[in-house]
Amino acid sequence: MKERFDAIVVGAGPSGNAAAYTMAKAGLKVLQIERGEYPGSKNVQGAILYSDALEKIIPDFREDAPLERHIIEQRMWVLDEESFVGSHFRSDEFNREPHNRYTILRAQFDRWFSQKVRDAGALLICETTVEHLLMDDGRVVGVRCDRVGGDVFADVVILADGVNSTLARKAGFHPEIAPRNVALAVKEILFLPEETLQARFNVGPDEGVVIEMLGKITEGMVGTAFLYTNRDSLTIGIGCILDDFKHRNPGRKAPYTLLENLKKHPAVAPLIEGTEMKEYCAHLIPEGGFFSVPRIYGEGWLIVGDSGGFVNAAHREGSNLAMTTGRLAAETVIEARKAGRDMSSTTLREYKVKVDASFVMKDLHKYRHLPEILHRNNQFFTQYPELVNRAARTLFTVDGEDKASKEQEIRSSFRSSRSLVGLMGDAYRLWRATR
Amino acid sequence: MTTAAVNVEEKLFQNRYKVDHGRPHIQIRDASICSTQCATRDCTYICPASCYKLEGNGAVTLITDGCLECGSCRIICTEHTNVQWEYPRGGHGILFKFG
Repeated sequence: MKERFDAIVVGAGPSGNAAAYTMAKAGLKVLQIERGEYPGSKNVQGAILYSDALEKIIPDFREDAPLERHIIEQRMWVLDEESFVGSHFRSDEFNREPHNRYTILRAQFDRWFSQKVRDAGALLICETTVEHLLMDDGRVVGVRCDRVGGDVFADVVILADGVNSTLARKAGFHPEIAPRNVALAVKEILFLPEETLQARFNVGPDEGVVIEMLGKITEGMVGTAFLYTNRDSLTIGIGCILDDFKHRNPGRKAPYTLLENLKKHPAVAPLIEGTEMKEYCAHLIPEGGFFSVPRIYGEGWLIVGDSGGFVNAAHREGSNLAMTTGRLAAETVIEARKAGRDMSSTTLREYKVKVDASFVMKDLHKYRHLPEILHRNNQFFTQYPELVNRAARTLFTVDGEDKASKEQEIRSSFRSSRSLVGLMGDAYRLWRATR
Repeated sequence: MTTAAVNVEEKLFQNRYKVDHGRPHIQIRDASICSTQCATRDCTYICPASCYKLEGNGAVTLITDGCLECGSCRIICTEHTNVQWEYPRGGHGILFKFG
């Protein structure tokens, strides 16, 4: 069988589905290959869905997409061992339609998205792993699958194969991802009755809460933790930069130990009490940002989503960048075909132009120095959370000591653990990395 | 912070797998490198599914049945690049119910 397609998309996550949907909708003959039993069965995410990126692809997605809860409250906690200092933002505005973001379960959401892709006319093959790209004279001409007679050919191959980016790596398009540019996250899904969840988080039906956490819970490793409310379950997870799990870090903790300690933290434990754990997941997140985005186009190929490192770690955004890059790749291919051009590197360069002009690269550029600064300054994850919590404890403990003395005590606690120059330097570094 | 004891196997028991018996998708390229040349054996520490075990004699053994297919073991093995890492054959391996 030497069947030919206009385009092959490897992977049926958000980026692959966005690409396949957009191309199929435009009438292209699209083959999509997924290694899981069904789309979503290999995919892991927190997961928050940002409406905007999906709206640009499927405007009426809210009619039948499996959405858990729309977010009405955002909590940011800085924790030490026993306490947390937090800010909460809750607004009834977030209850007005159309909602801006939702919690989702990826196994269900990806399956729904994939049905849209097939409805649009793409051919989907599941339970099939692509082993490597087929090359001819330096250009990608198709893929080899792990099936008998598994060679399929296309004018262009879109690599939406996820963070491990196996195919591009094997083809030599880019080297192995560096341990400092990727985070390992582990999470569990914990079930509880809907009413209990709503009472515990002070929300009504369909309303949800996001808690982002930072501090002692990562034991000085660069990372964050999260807790999201789904319909009748909670997702709780924690992730740290892979490099910090190395032997040379004396304070390291194993990923499942971090998760277990998080679940036992006095601020978290009451929220998850009595829940039933039904799945344990692990996944890598490409967090290197701007400088770690590889070459994303070439002779007959394009890279989209996590495979291209498109994650804005500072804002916990990934799936929206994935959908956007997938859509932009598809639009590049569609326009090239209309203009009667071949799928050469020169033609496909337009994809990079589009990505650069979008919020995707603009945001990654804005935070380009952040990964490096956090990596070299772990006081943001150790000393500061402790200091802030100690300050709050001092201030709110009524014990006969006068307030002026308390304030003096707080000031000197900051200065004794971090010099004035150090404090100002940290403030400057953070400002510079996020301005 | 006190460190909680964690039973990883108990966690994995909640997951759904279709194990490709006799065809592990990850292999240690040269076992002697792990036991004689690698001082850190970070794979045994990082694997979130505890697939890698450090044996008493310094050898590293790998059983991929509980693998969550994250890729950490391959990436963290920077010094010796001793992990031959592939995805499982189509349809095999971890099958997330919720993801």
